[in-house]
Amino acid sequence: MADSKIPDDLRYAETHEWARRDGDEATIGISDYAQDELGDVVFLDLPWGGAGREIKAGQHFGDIESVKATSELFSPVSGTIVRVNDALRDAPEQVNTDPYGAGWMIVVRLSDPAELDKLMDAAEYKNFLDNATH
Amino acid sequence: MSDQQQEGAGASLKRTPLYDRHRALGARLVEFGGWEMPVQYRSIIEEHKAVRQRAGLFDVSHMGEFRVEGPGALGFLQSLVPNDVSKLADNQALYTQLCLENGGTIDDLLIYHLGPERYMTVVNAGTMPKDWDWVKRQHGGRSDVTLSNVSDETGLLALQGPLAQTILQPLTATPLGEIVYYHARPGEVAGIACLISRTGYTGEDGFEMYCAADQVGALWDALMAAGAPHGLLPCGLGARDTLRLEAGYCLYDHELTESITPLEAGLGWTVKLAKPADFIGKRALEDEKRDGLRQKLVGLMPRERGIPRAGYGIFLNGGRIGEVTSGTMCPTLDSPAALGYVPPAHAAPGTQLQIEIRGKLIPAEVVPLPFYKRPKTS
Repeated sequence: MADSKIPDDLRYAETHEWARRDGDEATIGISDYAQDELGDVVFLDLPWGGAGREIKAGQHFGDIESVKATSELFSPVSGTIVRVNDALRDAPEQVNTDPYGAGWMIVVRLSDPAELDKLMDAAEYKNFLDNATH
Repeated sequence: MSDQQQEGAGASLKRTPLYDRHRALGARLVEFGGWEMPVQYRSIIEEHKAVRQRAGLFDVSHMGEFRVEGPGALGFLQSLVPNDVSKLADNQALYTQLCLENGGTIDDLLIYHLGPERYMTVVNAGTMPKDWDWVKRQHGGRSDVTLSNVSDETGLLALQGPLAQTILQPLTATPLGEIVYYHARPGEVAGIACLISRTGYTGEDGFEMYCAADQVGALWDALMAAGAPHGLLPCGLGARDTLRLEAGYCLYDHELTESITPLEAGLGWTVKLAKPADFIGKRALEDEKRDGLRQKLVGLMPRERGIPRAGYGIFLNGGRIGEVTSGTMCPTLDSPAALGYVPPAHAAPGTQLQIEIRGKLIPAEVVPLPFYKRPKTS
């Protein structure tokens, strides 16, 4: 998808989540490509009230529903969930309109920051999408 | 994220004559019944709302059409379907099914009475080859009925929504106000010969236009241009599905299958057990009507957040009693809603059931169908 936005300062998982590092924390969401593939997002099941919960890289942390399909969300990093984006309960469409901003999902305090280096950078993710989509 | 749906790019999929136009409009294409079809152009929700509030244009050229003609055509059709084809006036349509001997549903379809001894059936795309085999087998080469499969040479567009007539009328000399619901008339639209039918699958007023496949592109262009000032949007199968679900219409392979009878699907109004002609499945449907239904189609509204999907279990007091056959977020209702089958004892509106959504039992109430009924116009 040549026209999806892939910010340079993020890391990406093959399951289309992004991670933005800020000190010992990382914010997690899904990519512009992913939101476009899903179409209208109408519901999210995130770990509401789940701050303090431990999570491992690759572990399921929630579900996202568009009109046409249900998809699972996987954490690209390990650590402790410190915040969940409660605004998405009532405004799930923010995942479509602002996937890298207001559409963020959880913030994780990293237990192993080196995991971020195993994720794709923007160029690698772009290449991954180009290969995946043709 | 893992997406469970199938994106279509297979080489063997069939395409309608409008494929290039869909691509040019930026449609997302998916596999549906062996066809590569647009599921959405921009947004299912926007397309859905356009049809409810203004108008939408659907390419449904993938549907199958069979002609049934000759002095024996009426008798032949009467033996195939539970509805009463003898009641059709010229240029009138009816909704019915093809049933197995055991009452299970091979497909649901429309039958048009085009003129004396001339009928056209319109069947689903994915079931068309199976339907054609079935109809040919029942026909058995009888000389008083001519069958022809005109699916490939027939294009079909659906113009749906409260502004459908406003958009279509300037393109045709046919007085559309004289075509009442489930009736049709041959005419021209933008100079293209069509059968103009006041039918649809959205719960709104609208028209379906059958034309030669090689002219459906020109028809699409004329309708898109005429509709643009009225806010017409091209609409994909995604909106078609949310619109039909709100309107409580069955989708084959979901609410109707070879192990579901039309009576179970709430289509008893189309099953004419008293019609003089015998038809395939009559005995089984009579028995079922007398002995009671095994299962019944219901509408379900979840009372907590979560979207039911096809295949999810329906529970009563922790015990599984049925299964969701279709479920989605309904844009007009602004709520998730589902169709599913449960034993008749638990099918009354107001019954409190549960749907298992990702391991959690979510309360859901049986509600009357349809979920949505269009406001009466004066």
